[in-house]
Amino acid sequence: MTALPAPPPRSRLLPFLGQIALGIGTLAITLLGLLLITFIIARVVPTDPVLSIVGERATEAQMEAIRVKLGLDLPLWQQFFIYVRDALQGDLGTSIRTGQSVTAEIARYFPATLELATLGTIFGTLVGVPAGVLAATRPGSIADQIVRVVGLMGYSMPVFWLGLIGLLVFYGKLDWVSGPGRLDPTYDMMMQFTLTSYTGMILIDAALNGAWDVFANAISHIILPAGLLGYVSMAYISRMTRSFMMNELGQEYITTARVKGMPEWRVIWVHAMKNVLVPLITVIALSYAYLLEGSVLTETIFAWPGLGSYITDALFAADMPAVLGGTVVVGVVFVTLNMASDILYRLVDPRARA
Amino acid sequence: MTALRSWLSDPNPASRRQARLGQAWLAWQRIRRNRLAMAGLVIVGILLVVAALAPWIAPHDPLTQDLSRRLLPPGTPGNLLGTDDFGRDILSRIIHGARITLYIIALVAVTAPVLGLLIGTVAGYFGGWIDATLMRLTDIFLAFPRLILALALVAVLGPGIENAVLAIALTAWPPYARVARAETLTVRSSDYIAAIRLQGASAPRIIAGHVVPMCLPSVIIRVTLDMAGVILIAAGLGFLGLGVLPPAPEWGLMISTGRKYLFEQWWVATMPGLAIFIVSLGFNLLGDGLRDVLDPRSSSR
Amino acid sequence: MSLLEVKNLRVTFDTETGPVQAVRGVSFSLGHERLGIVGESGSGKTMTGRAVLRLIRPPGRVDADVMTFDGQDLLNATEREMRALRGKRIGMVMQDPKYSLNPVMTVGRQLTEGLRLRDKLGRADATAKAIAALDAVQIRDPARVMEAYPHELSGGMGQRVMIAMMLIPEPDLLIADEPTSALDVTVQAEVLSILDGLVRDRGMGLIFISHDLRLVARFCDRVLVMHKGVVVEEVAAANLLEAKHPYTRGLLNCLPRIGGPRGPLPGLDRSGAWATEGAP
Repeated sequence: MTALPAPPPRSRLLPFLGQIALGIGTLAITLLGLLLITFIIARVVPTDPVLSIVGERATEAQMEAIRVKLGLDLPLWQQFFIYVRDALQGDLGTSIRTGQSVTAEIARYFPATLELATLGTIFGTLVGVPAGVLAATRPGSIADQIVRVVGLMGYSMPVFWLGLIGLLVFYGKLDWVSGPGRLDPTYDMMMQFTLTSYTGMILIDAALNGAWDVFANAISHIILPAGLLGYVSMAYISRMTRSFMMNELGQEYITTARVKGMPEWRVIWVHAMKNVLVPLITVIALSYAYLLEGSVLTETIFAWPGLGSYITDALFAADMPAVLGGTVVVGVVFVTLNMASDILYRLVDPRARA
Repeated sequence: MTALRSWLSDPNPASRRQARLGQAWLAWQRIRRNRLAMAGLVIVGILLVVAALAPWIAPHDPLTQDLSRRLLPPGTPGNLLGTDDFGRDILSRIIHGARITLYIIALVAVTAPVLGLLIGTVAGYFGGWIDATLMRLTDIFLAFPRLILALALVAVLGPGIENAVLAIALTAWPPYARVARAETLTVRSSDYIAAIRLQGASAPRIIAGHVVPMCLPSVIIRVTLDMAGVILIAAGLGFLGLGVLPPAPEWGLMISTGRKYLFEQWWVATMPGLAIFIVSLGFNLLGDGLRDVLDPRSSSR
Repeated sequence: MSLLEVKNLRVTFDTETGPVQAVRGVSFSLGHERLGIVGESGSGKTMTGRAVLRLIRPPGRVDADVMTFDGQDLLNATEREMRALRGKRIGMVMQDPKYSLNPVMTVGRQLTEGLRLRDKLGRADATAKAIAALDAVQIRDPARVMEAYPHELSGGMGQRVMIAMMLIPEPDLLIADEPTSALDVTVQAEVLSILDGLVRDRGMGLIFISHDLRLVARFCDRVLVMHKGVVVEEVAAANLLEAKHPYTRGLLNCLPRIGGPRGPLPGLDRSGAWATEGAP
């Protein structure tokens, strides 16, 4: 009887680095496409960017001077090249409304969105995963039906309407939470003038400063919008968890674990969960990305000074550089999240590493 | 009736048509047992009926203003769901709004899947660099958050119902392209496609006549599931004032006007929101049930 | 005193179209011997094996007049008591290691899990025991295999790992459900001889479930032939080739023989009364 040869030595790092390189390659192409689309959108805008700068009464010569200054006299491909070059250097143009750099403005608005979406995703995951597991382990039960219906309701709810209803009930009628905005005006002044800003995310900054009254006030403001976004994300995560978990529980290795006499909690939360985690990471990343998007409408309801508010305000001021800059940034975040989930996926799934 | 039933459930069908109808009947039986899916079907059915009969069942004209009757609460005689800030009957506006919602859904449902099918089947059928290019394009569109891309497009095109539909359709096609490509890849190498090719059929003919029909079922399920999302995005655009223009009774727009009166006259914003919620829940329930029935792998059993 | 006693075992699945019986009244008893169960796919042989371990999940149900293991009632045992039996006293090897090993856990963790959780062994002791078990199934370089993930193993290696995993707690009964069907023919023989040696050395009872008549005849002491959830014949393995039952004969006739006639293989004749016996 000959013994079988041992498996080849496993180098986990090398192929992994190669995959990251490939990922960055696709990322670059996708970003280029993203910029191309926004560039095309910007160039078909019916409003003349020159006109909006110099006004109706400018002379032909003045307009020509601005056109040259903006590079609009160059052929389109050169304009695109300049646009990409600037974008890569972090220059997304100048806001027509405020005359400031779009990049700098977005950097100021973005942390608010990030804070909201992150908290929402945390809520959604903490509730959605156990709910999905509960439903998957008792298919057809009352618990399963409830998770299913509550999830489908989350899918069907217009976020902005839910926000209004939430404000009406929890702020207007019950007075359990604070109203729109990130902080009450007094605390907002404190935040701006006496505390150091590290991240732009108030919860983190307040905690770092040890300003717990600010922290508490920020919580009372963020809890409602983050809870609503969390509900939307919970709907998605619980459904996906249920379906992944059902699938894994039908696998033969689950029987193996039971044959080994493992208690049911371990079968579900260790054996099955490790496998569910693989696709679930992608789902959570996706839902995170969707929350960043969903925040556009939520932010307008809650007067939340984030990226969504920035884009919509710019929209109404016909400030196209700001709108497209915001769009590019959200697109970049989307792509980056996708890539991050891809990398995590490979870390969790040994089969994808080989 | 019983004869028909036994004919349909005959395990040994005599003709291909009997077999096919029997399959459909079985699927129908399974949907009928799924109470949630039936609820969805009923909601969608009501939407269709209400939209079709709007002028006859609406108690008032949706646009007639009556400033002496503004902001009346629900339950007021003659205004079941109350009136809005111009004294227009909210119920009548919701009933007429069903037409707009249905119009948007229908337009998106005939444009986005067609575009997606075209791109997906072409990419899948030809493969090689055509596939690579088209799929990269699909990925790029998928990389854009849908609502924000729609916003940017509407910002360029200007508000209005057709522009909103165009913006939604332009952001909705990539998933269909993915689905269609996957189906095409499995069909492409099959023998009957090879046989047709040997008969000298051209590529467009093969795609249109033999590949597309194979992709249709999965695309149709996706369309049903997507409709709720389309309703929500359309309402979101309307809410931001970028969709249908006032004074049209579009539900999202109605919520946005009700926002001003949220704390005192809550019904102005709440009622149209409920309509959006119920209709999109209906499509979700129906789509969910359809998937359970038509795709046995994802069924709850 | 027999190790396993089963009387009138039934496994029922409640489906949308009414209850379906996968096992319809199977009875057998088993000592410290090797019992083969053969039959076509769908004959209920796998379900019989799993019912003994009470691994049938809803919508399936198990009932029987008697089902005892070493004097202990399996039907009314609590889930906790069943868990104490599974793994510790009854093990099971499944068909395909590709699916029966957890793909995202290392072999080592899967092997030591029971030792560490149930027997509260320390990491080093558990690892030493696991390596010894891998040694026993003739895996060279067990330390490296411990670090590997299942997809990095060949089918034969995977199945040996599976066998090692089940033998670590030294059970009294091993159920082997088509343990070699997913393997290459050459590897089959190796895995079988390992299994054979271990069962013989340790004096375990073995239920060997297979569709391969010749294999069962060679490998087991006694054979149950199942068809549609019913045992149609029970014979000593040595006499299997002389079996009398029409179904068994039919199965035997399906085996091609070197030098035999090369016409089409005969179909199975299912017209006898036995084909429907035991139906509800």
